[in-house]
Amino acid sequence: MSEDGGVVGSDVGKGFQSLSSFGTGGLRTRLEILAIIATAVIVIGGMELALRIFEVPLYILPPPSAIVSALITDFPLILPHLGHTLVVLFSGFAIGAGVGMVLAAVITQFPFAEKIIAPYVLILVTTPMLALVPLLILRFGFGYEPRIIAVALASGPMVMINSATGFRRVDSQKIALARSYGASTLQIFWKVRAPMALPMILVGLMIGAIFGLLTAVGAEMVGGGFGLGNRLTTYSSMIQMPQFFGVVLLLSTLGILIYVIFFFIGKKWASWEA
Amino acid sequence: MGEYAAQAKLAVRNAGMRYGDRVALENCSFDVAPNTIVSIVGPSGCGKTTLLWAMSGLHNLTDGQILLDGKPITGPHPDIGLVFQDANLLPWRNLMDNILFPFEIKGQTPDRDWIEHLMERVQLTGFERNFPRELSGGMQQRAAIVRALSLRPSVLLMDEPFGALDAFTRDEMNKLVEEIWMETHTTIVFITHSIEEALFLSDRVVVLSPRPGRVQSEYEIPFERPRTMEIMAGKEAYDLTYRIKGDIYGHQAKKLAEAKG
Ligand SMILES: Nc1ncnc2c1ncn2[C@@H]1O[C@H](COP(=O)(O)OP(=O)(O)OP(=O)(O)O)[C@@H](O)[C@H]1O
Ligand SMILES: [Mg+2]
Repeated sequence: MSEDGGVVGSDVGKGFQSLSSFGTGGLRTRLEILAIIATAVIVIGGMELALRIFEVPLYILPPPSAIVSALITDFPLILPHLGHTLVVLFSGFAIGAGVGMVLAAVITQFPFAEKIIAPYVLILVTTPMLALVPLLILRFGFGYEPRIIAVALASGPMVMINSATGFRRVDSQKIALARSYGASTLQIFWKVRAPMALPMILVGLMIGAIFGLLTAVGAEMVGGGFGLGNRLTTYSSMIQMPQFFGVVLLLSTLGILIYVIFFFIGKKWASWEA
Repeated sequence: MGEYAAQAKLAVRNAGMRYGDRVALENCSFDVAPNTIVSIVGPSGCGKTTLLWAMSGLHNLTDGQILLDGKPITGPHPDIGLVFQDANLLPWRNLMDNILFPFEIKGQTPDRDWIEHLMERVQLTGFERNFPRELSGGMQQRAAIVRALSLRPSVLLMDEPFGALDAFTRDEMNKLVEEIWMETHTTIVFITHSIEEALFLSDRVVVLSPRPGRVQSEYEIPFERPRTMEIMAGKEAYDLTYRIKGDIYGHQAKKLAEAKG
């Protein structure tokens, strides 16, 4: 289980690094920024142009301009659904991440217990929690509860598996250092183990949050009623493709936002690792 | 104990350590007089680190005991500072926060003037906000020394502190330890693989035999301080080096002969 978590983690870690190149100044980066903008203009503009030239029908793929304008005009209608999705995401993620981190901290103290629990965590990680949503709806109805549970179940194991990898990185020398000054077990945890695990915990939180977002939207598509996922099913059934893609755009923005937030938290609190 | 315990700062008494079936240290006894520097040399794996950790209270011996000012050491002691083999700084803290770490653990107010003085003494003033990875190995080890001295311990234990440094930096660091000793007269126990380093720094050199480590021989180093290049390159130093090397390599030669036939 550590391998899985570790591999996922280190890849994302590299992602952090590549994003950090945005921050540095100088001519090269200015050229890079120019290239990035130019590419975006060409891709989006090219799409716009191609879709119009070949007269692709709106219900197959609307041009970017139609998507953006639909998103803007329908935004007041979409906004409450965004709110619902965020409530589900935040509550589910908070529960899942909280439980995941605590379990990781406790379990890594007892290697024996860890061996026993590892397979179940792996099952939780690999099972798509969406599959459980219909079942959860049967039990909890069409409200927030089944969605929050699904999000917690999807994000929690991700957070746990990465946090455990972090907590397992014990450095006996650093613990001996703390002990030589008479540190208690609790002090060793907060002043040595936790900071040492923090970079991996942050990676786990980021992956967990993104998995949570995917699960929240999926659950809303299954569960009906409200939320951005519900908008997706509604708009596609009414063949309102510009609105549909507008919501997709909004969801990608949310995902990127999650990444950027954790990138900056990582830069502030875990940059010592780089 | 008796006759020694009254005067020794640290008294190692029949110290023995077993890890399962493996005997790492056996029946070790020697004294460390107050305000002196004692070096421990010996082949790799002979139990030097084990012995030092027992002195710091991080390990419990399986046999014998170690007395600090006549009282047995049973756990980490505020009067004992420890410098590890690598600098062992916490990479997520800047230098100053690393140096304040002991005070944080103990809930004590740091003695800022003393720390400032130490930082100046090891030429780290101006690097307080830098992170360990931004500093050279020598600078990191200097910070580790400041951290160990910040609580004004009366005993400083150093486990091959300069083993990973290049020869020039190592010479500089040795000079620094000498300077610090001349200022504070802190009792120092210094583990090293380098006989040259041991001779330059110590009042006494304790040679341990290969595992299981026992005290094989002890040498008084009579040179006055500060020790100049002339002293260290002189006949007396040469003879001491020769004898200590004989003790260490003689053992190996004997082992080799035994293995052959
Ligand atoms: N925690 C441990 N468990 C089992 N054996 C150990 C442990 N620590 C040390 N040993 C063994 O005890 C012996 C002495 O180890 P120690 O680290 O004290 O040697 P050393 O003299 O410091 O060696 P070096 O010069 O290479 O640092 C070695 O054979 C080592 O393998
Ligand atoms: Mg050692």
